[in-house]
Amino acid sequence: MTLNGWLQIALFFGLILACTKPMGLFMTTVMEGRKNWLTRALSPLERFLYRICGIDSTVEQRWTQYAVSLLMFSLVSALLLYLMQRMQQMLPFNPQHFGAMTPDLSFNNAASFVTNTNWQAYTPEATMSYLVQMTGLTMHNFASAAAGLGIALALVRGFARQSADTIGNFWVDLIRATLYILLPLSIVGALFLCSQGVIQNLHPYTVATTLEGAKQTIGQGPVASQEAIKMIGTNGGGFFNANSAHPFENPTPLTNFVEMFFIFLIPAGLTYTFGKMIRDMRQGWALFAAMSVLFLAGVVTAYHFEQSGTPLLARNGIELAATDAQSGGNMEGKETRFGIANSALFATATTDASCGAVNAMHDSFTPLGGLVPLFNIELGEVVFGGVGAGLYGMLMFAILAVFIAGLMVGRTPEYLGKKIEQKEVKMAMLALLVLASSILLFSGTTSVIQFAKNSYWNAPGPAIASLTNSGPHGLSEILYAYTSATGNNGSAFAGLNANTPWFNITIGLAALVGRFLMIIPLLAVAGSLAKKRQVPVSAGTFPTHGPLFVSLLVGVVVIVGALTFFPALSLGPIVEHLLM
Amino acid sequence: MPTLVAPEIETPAADAQFLAKGKRARKLFDAAIVRRALTDSFVKLNPATLYKNPVMFVVEVGAAVTTILLIRDAVQKTSGFGFDLQIWLWLWFTVLFANFAEAMAEGRGKAQADNLRKTKTESMARRLLSGGATETVPASMLRKNDIVLCNAGETIPGDGDVVEGIASVDESVITGESAPVIRESGGDRSGVTGGTKVLSDWVKIKIVSNPGETFLDRMIALVEGAQRQKTPNEIALNIMIAGLTLIFLLAVVTLAPFASYSVTSVGSGYMPSIIVLVSLLVCLIPTTIGGLLSAIGIAGMDRVMQHNVLAMSGKAVEAAGDVNTLLLDKTGTITLGNREAVEFICAEGVSEAELADGAQLSSLADETPEGRSIVVLAKQKYGLRGREVADHEATFIPFSAQTRMSGVDLDGRRIRKGATDSVRQYVEHQGGRFPSQVLEATEKISRSGGTPLVVSEDSRVLGVIHLKDIVKGGMKERFAQMRVMGIRTVMITGDNPLTAAAIAAEAGVDDFLAQATPKDKLDLIKKEQSSGRLVAMTGDGTNDAPALAQADVGVAMNTGTMAAKEAGNMVDLDSNPTKLIEIVAIGKQLLITRGSLTTFSIANDVAKYFAIIPAMFQLTYPALGRLNIMHLHSPQSAILAAVIFNALIIIALVPLALRGVRYRPLSAGALLRRNLLIYGLGGIVAPFPGIWAIDRLLGLAGLA
Repeated sequence: MTLNGWLQIALFFGLILACTKPMGLFMTTVMEGRKNWLTRALSPLERFLYRICGIDSTVEQRWTQYAVSLLMFSLVSALLLYLMQRMQQMLPFNPQHFGAMTPDLSFNNAASFVTNTNWQAYTPEATMSYLVQMTGLTMHNFASAAAGLGIALALVRGFARQSADTIGNFWVDLIRATLYILLPLSIVGALFLCSQGVIQNLHPYTVATTLEGAKQTIGQGPVASQEAIKMIGTNGGGFFNANSAHPFENPTPLTNFVEMFFIFLIPAGLTYTFGKMIRDMRQGWALFAAMSVLFLAGVVTAYHFEQSGTPLLARNGIELAATDAQSGGNMEGKETRFGIANSALFATATTDASCGAVNAMHDSFTPLGGLVPLFNIELGEVVFGGVGAGLYGMLMFAILAVFIAGLMVGRTPEYLGKKIEQKEVKMAMLALLVLASSILLFSGTTSVIQFAKNSYWNAPGPAIASLTNSGPHGLSEILYAYTSATGNNGSAFAGLNANTPWFNITIGLAALVGRFLMIIPLLAVAGSLAKKRQVPVSAGTFPTHGPLFVSLLVGVVVIVGALTFFPALSLGPIVEHLLM
Repeated sequence: MPTLVAPEIETPAADAQFLAKGKRARKLFDAAIVRRALTDSFVKLNPATLYKNPVMFVVEVGAAVTTILLIRDAVQKTSGFGFDLQIWLWLWFTVLFANFAEAMAEGRGKAQADNLRKTKTESMARRLLSGGATETVPASMLRKNDIVLCNAGETIPGDGDVVEGIASVDESVITGESAPVIRESGGDRSGVTGGTKVLSDWVKIKIVSNPGETFLDRMIALVEGAQRQKTPNEIALNIMIAGLTLIFLLAVVTLAPFASYSVTSVGSGYMPSIIVLVSLLVCLIPTTIGGLLSAIGIAGMDRVMQHNVLAMSGKAVEAAGDVNTLLLDKTGTITLGNREAVEFICAEGVSEAELADGAQLSSLADETPEGRSIVVLAKQKYGLRGREVADHEATFIPFSAQTRMSGVDLDGRRIRKGATDSVRQYVEHQGGRFPSQVLEATEKISRSGGTPLVVSEDSRVLGVIHLKDIVKGGMKERFAQMRVMGIRTVMITGDNPLTAAAIAAEAGVDDFLAQATPKDKLDLIKKEQSSGRLVAMTGDGTNDAPALAQADVGVAMNTGTMAAKEAGNMVDLDSNPTKLIEIVAIGKQLLITRGSLTTFSIANDVAKYFAIIPAMFQLTYPALGRLNIMHLHSPQSAILAAVIFNALIIIALVPLALRGVRYRPLSAGALLRRNLLIYGLGGIVAPFPGIWAIDRLLGLAGLA
């Protein structure tokens, strides 16, 4: 591990820390509909949108109405994407004349993008037209992030209000988040990326002759506009298959740094928004601290194992020590322009958040280096997390932590002055259970299922024939696929050919389950909390700020994740490491 | 005059220790209770009742599956029968141990109920007929509103209120306290309970409950747990551990395909047997808390009972732990029941002896404790003996709400004592003058928290008697502890604000409500509740009933009226209002015990993974042996040791569940730090040496 590497990690974290407050404050004014420096420019547009959509921005919704609005919006927009994919050959901006995508792949991709997962079971530059990428996918990149932000805000309102029936208006949240937060950031981001060499055109693909005389087709397209929101909205679906490892998506160390910064920008700021809205900044910083501890632990672990390399690499005569000229360690699957520290940092950040963009192949990480992204997603992506999703996920864990340990102070557990009772516990457990069952049941089934000849689902034989690896690493690949889908991450461990009906449909379902069956219980919690009175704070109140609560929260997140997934992980990355 | 035994004043020393052993404390493992619990442990295996406890039900299903597999193995004579047999045995033990814990807790309640039932002998009652004559009927024939007469030596036939007479009553049947108590008509000491015994004098009682609905009947039902309902926190906790059970079920069930994949892929070893998977599942699911949860709840109720408090529901006990505001009556709770005369302050030109004489004369017929204390002070200070007034022509003027004075007309002297304003009016009305020096003295007394009583003779003011409230010892420390625990104490008093403030300051309460009417009290409770606080209070009078019903925790005094007892959700059989503080502590202790054992139970799983996972895959992945950090000597022994540890920890924690985690009045932060360290960190660490030791023993015994 090099000083340079440490400095870059420190710089990254320092910048996030510095931006948390201004970003949080800005988002608070936006989401509360208060005046901010963009109001003058954008409020006419905002009002115009309300008018043409028939939205009364002063009317709020109960949690059930909020949930129904979200589900309806998601259903309609997913259907639209599905249709676009099925009919892209008939639509314009298709210079490569790609044909219609298969029904199962279209379902998978629609489910994947509507849930902010952005798992891609195909090679985009060889499958999808510019139009679908630009409008179909990018629209979801904005909308799924804005919806996530809205849900987080709804939950926070549940804590902040008392004796209230409503938790906000989904449509207003959606429009405000898109118009004031995501859109301006994306425009600035896209322009910056363009300036650094990220392409933005509608040209047909370039065919070039290489020095060896071979013919190479080089993909083109409107990349920059999609790239910025891909990071800012923690979406992660690349324009190219190689994602942020591709020089057209992520050309320089500087763009790499900015892309990583974009992943955490909104999620980190939301912890401040949370503190601001419940009028207790310490609570927001406590969540920020818990997230930081988990983030730094992840980065250090991944960086350590990637830089240490493996005995196998050493046996093959690879220099593992870092020198001025050589990075050392495990460089397989990593871009030389990013190096080990920035690959480990990117992998950690993208899985802490539900981004899923990659700048290195996670499949090629060392077993424990690769365990970090896998385990990050299994923890529920609550380390800063996806836009909105990270905050509401962490709040769910806070509810559980408070409930488990809160009884130990001799009071009905309270979090932020709200009593945590039957309903909250039930819903939090439900969300947890949904995550665990989706990951474990789909992975378990896939690791043993066999298909008959002429089966629609898959090529005949075992599903694991899709794997390029056997043994523990193969199991890691299966686990990673369903974990990534359920966690709405979307990054791939690679090494798995997932474009078969079996994988497309199960992974699509996992993404839907992981998103909506988690959100609905949490909205129910929001509704129930909003109705409650606030219990005044006294010396008998469980203190939910300060180091003790931060350690408790970190402990609960890690222990719940570890207890649920340890058996599976022990047969995957853990034993793989021990076998080296 | 009959000799009355004054009720014992509860000394502060008796409740100085939080959660000091109650009067009905019983040995933790009473032989008879243990015997009954052993039988009950087997009765409780019935799945039709066990399903209510999801965790233990899963264990039972696992044990049942193991039983079938064991029979199959016995028939097929497969190897490894010895191991399977031991697992089978310990899985059933796990369920039995949990049942035993619950049966122990219930048994303690049942034993109490049996004792009560013994006292519920059939007695005869003398029912008053309309003409004034009496008829003798069995107590079971009595109905509401019947009037019965009870003489000395007779058992009171049913619950009721004294409507005439005064008597000393032995209530030891109910309260366990042998000192007799006084019951009299009117006022707040009129309630009597069926089954108690009149020791002296006689009373007429109006019966208030029909047979089968008496206090004793309800008490028996409550301690027996017949009406036990799960409390809100218990339900929430149950949901959580049921959820965790499902998650672990998923983790273990999906381990089968993962194992199958691994075995096929590596090509060596074998799938873990179903018995091994069941063992892993049982070790992981929170059996410790699952097994002890109901025992903790029942034991909490029992602990309240041991303090001689009858809680009408577990919910009330749990709510006590949540209380934010304690409303405490000044008299009897914060101060010793009665005010005492401590000083005579003479008006100008009046000698102390003259004032003392007047004060004593005016109080001779005053049977209130204050009145008596005046007589006593005069006697102690000035050697004035109580005089026989029968020789004189004396007319005693009783206290009345209109005049707010009492006194005596003796040989033409009209001696009065009373509140400052009343006496002033009285004196001035007769053309006298109220000296400003006396007025100053009364104000000074008021400011110091005392009560001034002005004494006058005809139109002349003699002086002032200083009546003082005596704050119980140790209360200030108690209230300070309450403050640390985040509980606000509010003193309720009928005194004027000046007096109230002085006493409040002396006692160290956070706030006070002066000149409180029952309605003020009710309004205060509603106000506190509307800002999200939970309120506890004590009360005894009928006019306390609405407030008792409104409060989240309302503790009625057993000496109080039946109306008060009906309204509250607890009855303190000792009628000691200070006990509210103990009840709060018991409520907190109940919640802490649950939380601690839950945390402990979940934390335990870490070690079990380290024991079982390497053991399961020893042949497929020998490399996983590096996770065997306890160096357990064989796979069978590792799994067995984990299962045995898991079963034994339930039994080991039964005393803790029944007794409750030790509670100290600390701030939430300090409590959390302490308990997280003991039960969280301790829960992670403790099983490692435990499983290791069992593994060694199994090796030594040649069992695995």
